[in-house]
Amino acid sequence: MSRSLQLGPDGRLVHLLSTEGLPAETLRHILDTADQFVSVNEREVKKVPLLRGRSLFNVFFENSTRTRTTFEIAAKRLSADVVNLNIGASSTAKGESLLDTVWNLQAMDADMFVVRHKEAGAPHLVARHVKPGVHVINAGDGRHAHPTQGLLDVYTIRHYKKDFSRLVVAIVGDILHSRVARSQIHALKTLGVPEVRVIGPRTLLPADVERLGVRVFHDMAAGLRGCDVVMTLRLQSERMSGPLLPSAGEFNKAYGLTPEKLAQASPDAIVMHPGPMNRGVEIDSSVADGGQSVIMPQVTFGIAVRMAVMAILAGNA
Amino acid sequence: MAARLPEAEALIDSLAQALRGSVNSETGLVGIYSGGAWVAQRLHRALGLQLPVGQLAITLHRDDFDRIGLHREQRRSHLPFPVEGRDILLVDDVLHTGRTIRAALNELWDFGRPKSVRLVALVDRGGRELPIAADFTGAKVDVDAGESLVLSEENGRLRLTAVKASP
Amino acid sequence: MSGRLTIEGARVVDPASGHDAVTAIYVADGAIAGLGKAPDGFRADAVIDAKGLVACPGLVDLAARLREPGFEYRATLESEMRAAVAGGVTSLACPPDTEPPLDEPGLVEMLKRRATSLALARVYPIGALTLGLGGERLAEMGELAEAGCVGFSQADALLSDPHVLRQALRYASTFGFSVWLRPQDSTLAHGGVAHEGEVATRLGLSPIPEVAETVALKTILTLVEETGARVHVARLSTARGVALMRDAKAQGLPVTCDVGVHHLHLCDRDVGDFDPNARLTPPLRDVRDRDALRRGLAEGTIDAVCSDHAPVDDDAKQVPFGEAEPGATGLELLLPLVLQWGREAGLALPATLGAVTSRPAAILDAPAGRIAVGMAADLCLLDPQAAWVVSSATLASQGRNTPFLGLELVGRAVRTLVNGRVVHAA
Repeated sequence: MSRSLQLGPDGRLVHLLSTEGLPAETLRHILDTADQFVSVNEREVKKVPLLRGRSLFNVFFENSTRTRTTFEIAAKRLSADVVNLNIGASSTAKGESLLDTVWNLQAMDADMFVVRHKEAGAPHLVARHVKPGVHVINAGDGRHAHPTQGLLDVYTIRHYKKDFSRLVVAIVGDILHSRVARSQIHALKTLGVPEVRVIGPRTLLPADVERLGVRVFHDMAAGLRGCDVVMTLRLQSERMSGPLLPSAGEFNKAYGLTPEKLAQASPDAIVMHPGPMNRGVEIDSSVADGGQSVIMPQVTFGIAVRMAVMAILAGNA
Repeated sequence: MAARLPEAEALIDSLAQALRGSVNSETGLVGIYSGGAWVAQRLHRALGLQLPVGQLAITLHRDDFDRIGLHREQRRSHLPFPVEGRDILLVDDVLHTGRTIRAALNELWDFGRPKSVRLVALVDRGGRELPIAADFTGAKVDVDAGESLVLSEENGRLRLTAVKASP
Repeated sequence: MSGRLTIEGARVVDPASGHDAVTAIYVADGAIAGLGKAPDGFRADAVIDAKGLVACPGLVDLAARLREPGFEYRATLESEMRAAVAGGVTSLACPPDTEPPLDEPGLVEMLKRRATSLALARVYPIGALTLGLGGERLAEMGELAEAGCVGFSQADALLSDPHVLRQALRYASTFGFSVWLRPQDSTLAHGGVAHEGEVATRLGLSPIPEVAETVALKTILTLVEETGARVHVARLSTARGVALMRDAKAQGLPVTCDVGVHHLHLCDRDVGDFDPNARLTPPLRDVRDRDALRRGLAEGTIDAVCSDHAPVDDDAKQVPFGEAEPGATGLELLLPLVLQWGREAGLALPATLGAVTSRPAAILDAPAGRIAVGMAADLCLLDPQAAWVVSSATLASQGRNTPFLGLELVGRAVRTLVNGRVVHAA
């Protein structure tokens, strides 16, 4: 759906707003480029000059030190100047609109905006109003999308599994509120994963989710059977008890990833989590720290994938 | 046009002769993708060096990124020995403006600080835009400004050709 | 005062009587004095040549926000009354969601006086059902009715307390007042901004489920059954809602209902890439819901179409979808969009135009929406073939917020008459 806004007339990526609507070729270009940066990050000098003289603004209307830091590291390794703005709720209190904020920053010659906002579609609004040549990266908008996370997840899967065309991938937990899950689903489907499953109680699955091309499971054992990749999602603490779930404990019992449940998956299945983890809720420590976990490599690859996105966008002025 | 260009394989043989007295078991041989890497491989074999040959990809240090963007690049720099404190022979196929060499030196330094770097060029077509010179050159050639020199591999043999440069 | 006027050559379409023929209309002293045959001794002061045009009753719009008092930065009474007549609308009901809300007689009288002095369209105010639309204390319905309110509603400030709703209906029914209610359960809507379904799931927009409408509608209908109150259900949006209304009418309940004109043409997919102009209340729903609304209107289960006109300034729309003020400008789009629905439904012109003239007039119980001798000469002369592009330049309303911006529509009011006086000429 975001295709027209993300891709220029020549089909080149000009903004990264969602994994939905990106051609497989574009996704592979990002992953291949990330390969180069993984090697950069292993060097003695972990810095290349591609974005020298360019300014990247991290504009976070919703605080997340963790995500902001990964973008910051990626930008600095590309030699960009980085400005961090945690706007939180204060700008709305001052009566300044999202677009006013962006226009102000643009007047300071920003070349790239990394935008996080609690409202779905906020980065699209920004992308629609920035000058030509200025790029927008969505760092998470409401429940809609978190494309760099989705991309680093498929990068991690490709790293361990090489080929997407025979995989069974399960996404477990709070799909309803998860922008990560949506970005994963679109990227996996586009790259040709034949079976993507979502597993969770009916209260945590969005309406008509199967129309995104996934198979729905409510039973954890059935859903994990034969899976090659198990991706667990963070369950926000405010949702652990209320009208959607009775308690974190009951959720853990039915859907928490334990060694016993993981035994249903393929013996060489990998386990992923976008972080930060609630140990003992959506994932047990013995799984998170176990031999099948690739959660730490996810974090490492995340830097390279974000570098790749920034470098590709900056080159598509 | 190809007639006035020297035989690549013959140039490699003469370069190997010239280099023989200037290398030892600790010398690191590094070729710049893609033509320089082929030449480096031949030289490595001819000289019988002990350390494996290295390759440099210069995409991340190119100075024309603003104009051409980041292209699909499968090749990555691969240096199978520590660069720090080592004598390096940097090999390229065609020495022209010198910009490629500048980028390659930057890339090389990202892996460590060598003791010395000497430049080996299969051919030198002149037209330098930077203060860079080769220590070992196979041949000097004259090519029209509108042409570019391309090293290609056919049936296991390297060949130099001149092609009209795309505008 | 206008004198005597003859309108010649127009195809006169009167949905109430089914009349559809080229007929001369004779107007004297603001009223229709003759049809086809001039009254004895009639001598026209002016003649309008209306060959090729359709003459129909001026449109009756059941929901148009004029933004006065309180929201003059969005639109003024004058700008929106001009938009009304530019759209062929000569009578309109305005919901009470002004600032302050229409909950006291002085405000209603002021609005009526301002509207009368502009001498454009006629205004039928809907009074607030509860004080300040707060949903707790009943407004002075009797006083408000005396001041000119034709019904009472909460506008979009939905009543969340069924006890208050029940008492409001019991009180209103005591005096025969009509109550207009939007069928949406606010707790089930739960702050949602888009129809619960594939589109909201893809876009990550918080959903308003179909049951938010059906649960509210069932509550309303059950309370109507109990109290006998006259209820107008405003803005149906779902197929199940249409089915519930069909059953209620078959059962003989004193209920009517309308649909917003956007919901006849658009569905949730038109939200596209978070288009804030497609942020409407109720939300644009599934394509099957849209089709059921179109059928429901054609078969008469839905009584009328309204513009649900809501001019919104750019500042309130140039924000993320979920924060955008809902609503679209509609007064000038009502006519072409109804004509389009009629064409697509294969309806004759009288049946099509009935949905915006005689049928809504009956809900207002107003002397409007008909062409007959003795009626006020509120008329719309329209060119059913005129194609025009929706743009800032072609809209009279101060609101440019419409999902149809930039699109071509067919059919436009060429002249609009109120009380026999030309108030709009394109």
